[in-house]
Amino acid sequence: MGKFSLKGRNWKQFLSDNKPVVVLLILVVTMSFLSDRFLTWSNIITVLRQTSINAVIATGMTFAILIGGIDLSVGSVLAITGAIAASLVASGMNIILVVILTLLIGLGIGLLNGLLISKGRLQPFIATLGTMTLLRGLTLVYTQGRPISIFGSDTSAMFSKIGTGYFLGIPIPVYIMLVVFFISWYTLNHLKIGRYTYALGSNEEATMYSGIKTDNIKLFVYAVAGVLAALAGIIVTARLGSAQPTAGSGYELDAIAAVVIGGTSMAGGIGTIFGTAIGAMIIGILNNALNMLQVSSYYQDVAKGVVILIAVLLDRKQRKSR
Amino acid sequence: MEEKIVSMENIIKEFSGVRVLDNVDFNIYKGKVMALVGENGAGKSTLMKILTGVYVRTSGKVVLDGSPVEFNTTKDSQDKGIAFIHQELNLVRDLSIGENIFLGREPVGIGGKINWKKLFDDSRMWLTKLGLDEDPRELVKNISVGKQQMIEIAKALSLDAQVIIMDEPTGALTMSETERLFQVVKELRDTGHSIVYISHRLKEIFEICDHVTVLRDGTLVGEEPIENIDEEKIIEMMVGRKLSEQYPRVETEIGEVVLEVKNLSNRFVHDVSFQLRKGEILGVAGLVGAGRTELARTIYGVYQPESGEILVNGSAVSIKSPKDALKNGIAYLSEDRKENGIVLGMDLVENVTLASLNNYVGRIGNIDKSKERDSTDRYIKSMSIKAAGRNQLLQFLSGGNQQKVALAKNLDTNPGILLLDEPTRGVDVGAKKEIYELINKYKQEGMSILMVSSEIPEILGISDRVMIMHEGRISGIIDIADADQEKIMTYAVGKEVS
Repeated sequence: MGKFSLKGRNWKQFLSDNKPVVVLLILVVTMSFLSDRFLTWSNIITVLRQTSINAVIATGMTFAILIGGIDLSVGSVLAITGAIAASLVASGMNIILVVILTLLIGLGIGLLNGLLISKGRLQPFIATLGTMTLLRGLTLVYTQGRPISIFGSDTSAMFSKIGTGYFLGIPIPVYIMLVVFFISWYTLNHLKIGRYTYALGSNEEATMYSGIKTDNIKLFVYAVAGVLAALAGIIVTARLGSAQPTAGSGYELDAIAAVVIGGTSMAGGIGTIFGTAIGAMIIGILNNALNMLQVSSYYQDVAKGVVILIAVLLDRKQRKSR
Repeated sequence: MEEKIVSMENIIKEFSGVRVLDNVDFNIYKGKVMALVGENGAGKSTLMKILTGVYVRTSGKVVLDGSPVEFNTTKDSQDKGIAFIHQELNLVRDLSIGENIFLGREPVGIGGKINWKKLFDDSRMWLTKLGLDEDPRELVKNISVGKQQMIEIAKALSLDAQVIIMDEPTGALTMSETERLFQVVKELRDTGHSIVYISHRLKEIFEICDHVTVLRDGTLVGEEPIENIDEEKIIEMMVGRKLSEQYPRVETEIGEVVLEVKNLSNRFVHDVSFQLRKGEILGVAGLVGAGRTELARTIYGVYQPESGEILVNGSAVSIKSPKDALKNGIAYLSEDRKENGIVLGMDLVENVTLASLNNYVGRIGNIDKSKERDSTDRYIKSMSIKAAGRNQLLQFLSGGNQQKVALAKNLDTNPGILLLDEPTRGVDVGAKKEIYELINKYKQEGMSILMVSSEIPEILGISDRVMIMHEGRISGIIDIADADQEKIMTYAVGKEVS
């Protein structure tokens, strides 16, 4: 668990311990030379807002990967919770109730994943591949393959503020992202359940022998991933004003990329929320930069793939030489 | 003078500025067995990792067969005929014996097709040389640890290794497997192979080694022919002081019954009944597979009892998980600390408080980190744990210090009953005595201790009573005054004592 000290001579050590930060800085500096629009307030705000969705999902993914698991269902959870939220808003339900209900559905799906993995003893990859496909199908059934608009009730406009609104010049989703980061960081570093999450990812047997119910930790971790995916579903739906049946496809991969770029080990036990935040920023800036430089969308994926590999290789090399 | 096949001269190794080997010389003689001994952390493994190319030395010289060599990878050293058989065996459990021996070097025919017949025929030849009649098509996971060790040796021989390094090879072997291994080592020596034998078991060293090299704290203490030295002298060289008594015994007043087990049975143990009293150490002896670890783990809630009762302080308790056991004041020190005792990727603080984190919760549900630090520092001091600091990861500690941390984790749960399973396994001589002294201290403080051990001198040295198990049953419980090695062995093999 990293200690952040930017004072004096420690910044060198900080950078060598946090290679993703170096990658991020290189990206920012390079882009500021390539485009004079890049470092403008409005573009920074745009990048942060675009990043917030992946960042929220990736934070949940960090929990899953920290225990040596994975959650492939997050994109589908986003889609189905978004669709349900949209129809509830359109029906005129109280916004707060809609948000709570939607998050509860995410929680329920997360617990289902957790049960399949802990009590059902399924591999996390397989279990969440199953729920990913199942939920995508359910979303298509529920939406009949058509977008569901949030508009048509008195509360629609208020709901859409969650995705489109600003406070003090900064978009609401950015605040949501920061709150998610803070709560998750606090949980992992200052609460028992966070300590147990790391312990479980490092050595499940020893954790069990220490009198800890490891099944409960797994339920908790997948519940977090589910709730945060549902939260992302709310943001996306509010931003677009409608729920798309195909929303969130492939988001699980961007989330995994952010987590891994951020230095979290796929084997579990090692990783930080700070790293994931940096990882999500790297992906967000890259998307923004490639658009700004008018790179064809075919080449965008090529460039993204290369950056992901470089970031991860830098990190691995450093770990090995320890 | 004997012919040197390997000589390492003035070896220095530093890890990020910390010197772990300081001007060490080390020789391996042709056709001889060299013992390499020292406490954990003395630098034995580091030295051998430099010899085999795992680590690159900071300075110094390595000479093989008269010419200086540079090994940057293990493959370099392998190609020059040096094989390293690690304590944790490097076998693929789901492959056959033959596939393991030739892993990465499978004989191939036209089109890259593996020549299975040749692979298995050659494997059988190596096995026969080592006196094994195992089918090379058998999966490695289906054979005993002793035989797996032999497979590693067969692999080394098939690589045409001239120098074979064995790190704690008998750690997990039964007595007969150990004898078989010694025979093989002697045969290898007689056919001109050179062996480096790393072991904490000094008796073994006197049985099969020709020379002994002793390291302490990263420096060379000395190299002696085995006939010029005795066990006591080696221990003195290792720890740098005289060991007046290896097993310190303390007498305490033994109190009322704290733990009572009545007719406990499950798939591992049968009809086990015994009592453990306050301030008592009950040693549990028996052969490998007698069910001793399984008994301790059943009491600790890892395995479920099928029938029988466990009573703590006179009242029956239901223990379905380690959590229940800890709630009833029962803690368990695992025989396999890396597997389930400690978390290697966490630091001292996080390991010490892992089982007792409930006692460190602050007002808003947060972990009280300063309280954690304070109690970790107390354990570091009272148990003289050697670490760079409380934030050092456990993976960088020596075995003895890891074991102390594991013990600290148990103690931090405030147990009345301590189940110790091989408390000194993989721990060097000096640290062993420290652990005995700690166990005695807890006994004096009124804890009740059940100590499973495969080392009979240890059982005889500090127990108050000895319970012997055979095939999942208790074959005898004797008072320490009546116990001796022979009697324990008689019960352990299941014979009636006349």
